[in-house]
Amino acid sequence: MAFAAFGSSAAPVEQAPRRRSWVALVLLLPGLAYLALFFLTPFVSLILTSLQTPVEFGDVGQFQQAFKIENYAIVVEQYWPHFLRAFGYALAATFFALVISYPLAYFIGVKARRWPLIQALMLTLVIAPFFISFLLRTLAWKALMSDETPLVQALKALSIIPNDGHLTGTAFSVIFGLTYNFIPFMTLPLYTTLERLDTRYLEAGSDLYAGPATTFWKVTVPLSMPGIVSGTLLTFIPASGDYINASASFLGSAQTQMVGNVIETNFLGLLNYPAAAALSVILMAVILLVVGIYVRRSGTEDLL
Amino acid sequence: MTRPTPQDPMIAELVSMARRTQLSRRHLLQGAGIGAGALALAACAPGGAAAPKPAEDVSDTDKTLTWGNWPAYIDEDDDGNYPTLVAFEDQTGIKVEYKVEIDDNNTYYGTIKDQLALGQATGSDTFCVTDWMVARLIRFGYVQDLDEANIPNKKNLAPALLNPDFDPGRAKSLPWQNGFAGIAWDTDALPNGLETLDDLFAPALKGKVTVLSEMRDTMGLILLSQGVDISGSDWGTDEYAKAIEVLEKNVTSGQILGIKGNEYLEDFASGNAIAGIVWSGDITAANLEAGYEKFKFALPSTGGTLWGDTFVVPMGSPRKKNAETLMNYYYEPEVAAEVASWVNYITPVVGAQEVAQEKYPELADNQLIFPNADTLSNAHIFRTLDSADDQAFNAEFQRVKLGA
Repeated sequence: MAFAAFGSSAAPVEQAPRRRSWVALVLLLPGLAYLALFFLTPFVSLILTSLQTPVEFGDVGQFQQAFKIENYAIVVEQYWPHFLRAFGYALAATFFALVISYPLAYFIGVKARRWPLIQALMLTLVIAPFFISFLLRTLAWKALMSDETPLVQALKALSIIPNDGHLTGTAFSVIFGLTYNFIPFMTLPLYTTLERLDTRYLEAGSDLYAGPATTFWKVTVPLSMPGIVSGTLLTFIPASGDYINASASFLGSAQTQMVGNVIETNFLGLLNYPAAAALSVILMAVILLVVGIYVRRSGTEDLL
Repeated sequence: MTRPTPQDPMIAELVSMARRTQLSRRHLLQGAGIGAGALALAACAPGGAAAPKPAEDVSDTDKTLTWGNWPAYIDEDDDGNYPTLVAFEDQTGIKVEYKVEIDDNNTYYGTIKDQLALGQATGSDTFCVTDWMVARLIRFGYVQDLDEANIPNKKNLAPALLNPDFDPGRAKSLPWQNGFAGIAWDTDALPNGLETLDDLFAPALKGKVTVLSEMRDTMGLILLSQGVDISGSDWGTDEYAKAIEVLEKNVTSGQILGIKGNEYLEDFASGNAIAGIVWSGDITAANLEAGYEKFKFALPSTGGTLWGDTFVVPMGSPRKKNAETLMNYYYEPEVAAEVASWVNYITPVVGAQEVAQEKYPELADNQLIFPNADTLSNAHIFRTLDSADDQAFNAEFQRVKLGA
């Protein structure tokens, strides 16, 4: 879906000669089989699981197939704060990632065009963190933000955080972690669209007496919209389901648990598979809805 | 040359299926489809439909064994070898693959439960999980009977551990190590130390306290501090609710930094936490890393918990006799003493203390490894919960852990 944005957005659409070709179908087969096997089958299984009911007088983790639609109401009633928190954190992280990534991508894609070496170097730097497991990087941030570090001591000396306060385990650290971890997913699609930005449009803007700000908002942003949309989607969707950053073992605490942590706990800690499945279905449905509205409003339906 | 099959038993089965019949790609896809179908069916099938049967034992011809265990739970030298295990291999010719694959009872159970229910190999011929989980595995009929004839050293088992309510006479399980859950503190920050749980929840320690994610240890200590005898059966939902209240109050107020598994050690190392409810052996490891006696462990004056991690052999394991040979070996007092000197947990093997007195005199009086009657009188075993209580208590605990 969003990956289409990585491709050319402005390429002229050439009508391929229409031939009934079974070769195309055969070539498509592995992809379809893959989807059926690894998406459709688990999805059906997930929906079935979400409707299961505990076996009467059964033991822990024992469920039977039923049509217990109340499972959905129960989990929403019990866990709605975690849903709100997940979308709030994901939204904040997406916003900060965009604010940080846009100038970066603009510099790499537009300003640095004259120096291909710098361009390549900076792109490498954006991707470089992927060479280390993101679990390790998140743990490293936890260590950097722990109480005895100079950073936290300084913040305490300046009374920015109270004396018995922490940096880890707060909404700040979780949103920070999400932002940090998803910045490359924002920067790369932005770069691919900005790299193709025709600077003659910008010259035309100033020729027509638009100031730099007006040119930016009226020309650059609309032209880079495909990158913005796919970048925000690539950040928002995984961020709202993330359960690493908010976990108490990493940057979170009991006060910052997101819906992903609730699903994990229900699945592994409580062996309550129907609740975990219902939560997953709801999460998927809400994300689909939010993304659908967003893409429609931003006028880039062709991305879907 | 064929590559070794993958560890996941389902995938391993698929691979061997493919190899057997030299299938074309389409057929392999079909096979995978059947596998996925079987998985989906397995997920739908209500648990405990048909009790799994023990696998046929091939130990006499197949001298290998895989053993799943927790991190830092066996003697290890600087090169990453396990000296007692190497000696075992030399002695018996059984090649052991030691897998550090358990860091949480619930999570481990979650990953192998489908194979357990179907009576298939789980990837480990024997593994060590905590007693309450062993109780569940026995209740579900997931583990094999052990043959005493192959474990003559079972006579060295501490008598107090011979008849737990979940496995009288230890017919299906055998203890690996025992340990305490108690309180620990950073002596640099708290030179006066702590005595009770109330000290842990004092305002001065706000946000500097961690507690264990193992429900029976954290809740056990809180229940004990409220005067509940956790080993007895004359307490239930009301007492538990009162204890949960204490936990919830301290989590919500930010007194408790986190409810964690082994990773609380990072918080101790980084200074995020300076006190908490912890496992006894971990503190020795933390001090070793700090280079001095930085942390001190004690059972609260109101009592701590005593837990055990225990060998079982799942129904799907075809190498039970090899596993029994291994258990027998680790019940030699000399071997048990060597392991105890490294892991710093309580060995269940009688006679190990005498060996230790000779070989490791500095450890023989360590109450965390060789506790005397006095120490043991202050450590309590959490009673085995029935299934309904187990689920209800765990749900409450996880609810607090998730916050609101």
